[in-house]
Amino acid sequence: MPPTIDRRGAALRGPSAVDVALEVNGERVVVHVPPRRTLLDALREQLGLTGTKKVCDEGTCGACTVLVDGRPVYSCLTLAIACENRRVETIEGLAKDGELHPVQRAFVDTDAFQCGFCTPGQVMSIVALLRTVPQPTEDDVKRAVAGNLCRCGAYPNIVAAGVSAGRRKRT
Amino acid sequence: MTVLAGGTDLMVELNFGRRRPEHIVAIDRVGELAGIERNGHVRMGAGVTYTRMLADAGSQALAEAARTIGSPQIRNAGTIGGNLGTASPAGDTLPVLAALEATVVLRSKAGERRVPFADYMTGPKKSVRRADELIVAAEWDEAGPAQTYMFVSTRNAMAISIAGLAMVVDRARKRVGIGLGSCGPTIIRPADAEGFARGLFDEAGWERPHRPSESAAKELGRLVAAAARPIDDVRGTAAYRRHALAVMGARALSRVAQIA
Repeated sequence: MPPTIDRRGAALRGPSAVDVALEVNGERVVVHVPPRRTLLDALREQLGLTGTKKVCDEGTCGACTVLVDGRPVYSCLTLAIACENRRVETIEGLAKDGELHPVQRAFVDTDAFQCGFCTPGQVMSIVALLRTVPQPTEDDVKRAVAGNLCRCGAYPNIVAAGVSAGRRKRT
Repeated sequence: MTVLAGGTDLMVELNFGRRRPEHIVAIDRVGELAGIERNGHVRMGAGVTYTRMLADAGSQALAEAARTIGSPQIRNAGTIGGNLGTASPAGDTLPVLAALEATVVLRSKAGERRVPFADYMTGPKKSVRRADELIVAAEWDEAGPAQTYMFVSTRNAMAISIAGLAMVVDRARKRVGIGLGSCGPTIIRPADAEGFARGLFDEAGWERPHRPSESAAKELGRLVAAAARPIDDVRGTAAYRRHALAVMGARALSRVAQIA
């Protein structure tokens, strides 16, 4: 159903499910969700992209970090409908043709995870960093993942992965 | 009607079922709210994010406050309008707006209303904003480089301020503004501390940098702590907040007095 338009031209949508067009990992998709649905739940429940993790659901832990228009955001604090026609990138979009993204490769090589639950969020934060700071220092990486908790305590290796990913050639 | 800006406060309330608004108006794509105008006077649109403030804040103290907030993810979402809308005593930009003597610009169908920040907050998460009003901007006069913001918390990132302090020394206008966060029901302006600091600058000369004596810095810290009305809560005790404010007051004075 198309959105109803009130007399001043504002689009009123919901409360029942509406079609929302997103670009997810380079593909145009339409999800049918209530306007109340978070981007996190839409990715996981509607699109089956469960690499993005749901942990705190209050913007504290960073496990749900995705990129919207290239910027890292907490997808649990973002409504799916607010991303209409925006570019969403998740962990699933990084590897190309069976080749890991340089940041993913760096995480493997530096042993930057234990349980792995926070890893997709950590990786997305570092991917965003490398686009603006291609050769980050340790401090750059620490600031980039300041909003991504790792309860296993793999931080030293996460930081090392971020620094070494900056030295890798992009495939 | 509930306004959704960056979502860093409201979305938590929604996700945990603490609020169930019937209508939400999302303003994050309203371009008119995202501008920063600077010509000696700063008009910062309510939709300006903390990330934008890092690069272009129109105030050094505001840039420092933005840097302390949350994480890249939070700074990419949260806005100055949202900080004003939530009106938490722990809102990190609010002591800065108090110290700058900023004006909050509110708009409704009835027209525009300009409220001095000192009159804006009325209690924890309470303000004079009416339900039919939208925060459209914050405005202030550019005050020069002698300003800073600092706070104490359990860690630098992703933590709510236990006590925060902004100090603005506008050398051209011979004005000192100090704003205290997280140590009272609203943001507090310590009038005695501001007056004491003005006296120091009268003596040392407003136009040039100076190094305040240790006893002067300590006295300023004492006056700052005396003006606070802190409580014991989960983040810290009232006694710790007073102690931290005294340390920050002294440190802020020593820092900004040397900037001209």
